[in-house]
Amino acid sequence: MPQDLPPPTDVAIETDALIIGAGPCGLFAVFELGLLDIKAHVVDILGKSGGQCAELYPEKPIYDIPALPIVTGQELTDRLLQQIKPFNPTFHLGERIDGLKRQSDGRFAVATDAGKTFLAKVVVIAAGGGSFTPKRPPLEGIEAFEGTSVHYAVRRMEAFKDKHILIVGGGDSALDWTLNLQPLAKSLTLLHRRDDFRGAPHSVEQMRQLVASGKMRLMIGQVGGLHGTGAELEAVTVKTKDGDERIACNAMLPFFGLTMKLGPIADWGLNLEENLIPVDTERFETSTPGIFAIGDINTYPGKLKLILSGFHEAALMSQAAQKIVYPGKKVLFQYTTSSSSLQKKLGVK
Amino acid sequence: MAKITFIQPDGTSQTVTADPGLTVMEAAKLNAIAGVEAECGGACACATCHVYIDEAWRAKTGKPATMEEDMLDFAFDVQDTSRLACQIKVTADLDGLVVRVPAKQF
Repeated sequence: MPQDLPPPTDVAIETDALIIGAGPCGLFAVFELGLLDIKAHVVDILGKSGGQCAELYPEKPIYDIPALPIVTGQELTDRLLQQIKPFNPTFHLGERIDGLKRQSDGRFAVATDAGKTFLAKVVVIAAGGGSFTPKRPPLEGIEAFEGTSVHYAVRRMEAFKDKHILIVGGGDSALDWTLNLQPLAKSLTLLHRRDDFRGAPHSVEQMRQLVASGKMRLMIGQVGGLHGTGAELEAVTVKTKDGDERIACNAMLPFFGLTMKLGPIADWGLNLEENLIPVDTERFETSTPGIFAIGDINTYPGKLKLILSGFHEAALMSQAAQKIVYPGKKVLFQYTTSSSSLQKKLGVK
Repeated sequence: MAKITFIQPDGTSQTVTADPGLTVMEAAKLNAIAGVEAECGGACACATCHVYIDEAWRAKTGKPATMEEDMLDFAFDVQDTSRLACQIKVTADLDGLVVRVPAKQF
């Protein structure tokens, strides 16, 4: 387990359960844990809930959710958010979970890349395919330039002042940063593989005006190679229909969408099988007691990567988590249809 | 049944049979063809089943739809022959189809 946790914030956030991932399984885990009086905080690297349902296929219909003959990824997310509302979970969106350390009192200290620290009695990994991270173009030697000359996001615009900037891509990120950075840049080139853009038409129009007035350059082609010394990028070879062209560039921003990577969870000392986390099928617990894994990220004999399987896993995981959060408590299994105490928790009684 | 040949960047090839109705991506996954990742499972949401269609078959496989064309923006080394294998339905017409797997999916 990594020892290099970021400095703790003034006050650690104490919670019964920390859920990593706000996709359908993470959201439903809030519900199942909530019925058992287990309070949860939810962290997700995306700026919104819903995970893949919201990020990859918000408009696509899903046909295998029990009792919902047809539902889109976004509707499913919205309905789950409505369903878990009585349990009032706290969301920490746009943050990535980094280090995890078990404390002497048995709780887990979990840090985020935003500098927050959680103290949780149980940790539920519901991270799906992993955390969404920007795609790295498979260009030779690109790693050496990352962080100094190659950036997948803009943290401080000032850092791009007077640079020779190359932005690659044809979506809103590429267009928005083209428009925002052009006034600061010494020179700016937007490179896209075709003269057709996915981004908002208004942004495309503004970009074309800048090109027409000679304030920036638009190239149709693809990146062929990077050239520089050490971590400093100096030029980029651009492959176009008319041949290769080498352009001067000391800041490159590639926008090729997101991919999913297991990320820092891989360093937590859990047993892994090909980037999946093996669990038992009674508790859905990982090789570390108190850390559970549900949904697409886990594996066990017969595993099916279905949302409905993740819902089932959330229910059983919650029973096991209850024994950790409330040790020694007598557990009475109850139905939401008839239990007045469950109905009270749901706010319907 | 349609036969589909997948040619790897090193020149090795594998010919598989696929039932009409499947996609070329599904045929690749069913036969464990290296280099066809299909991270999103066929939702046209990731571009990791990028393939190059053999020149002779381009007319029969057709052109990418707008959504596929947009998603190809996320692929690497896109050519005029580029398609996403998850968007090509296997038909009897495609018996003999030849596609090339790119050196890198990303």
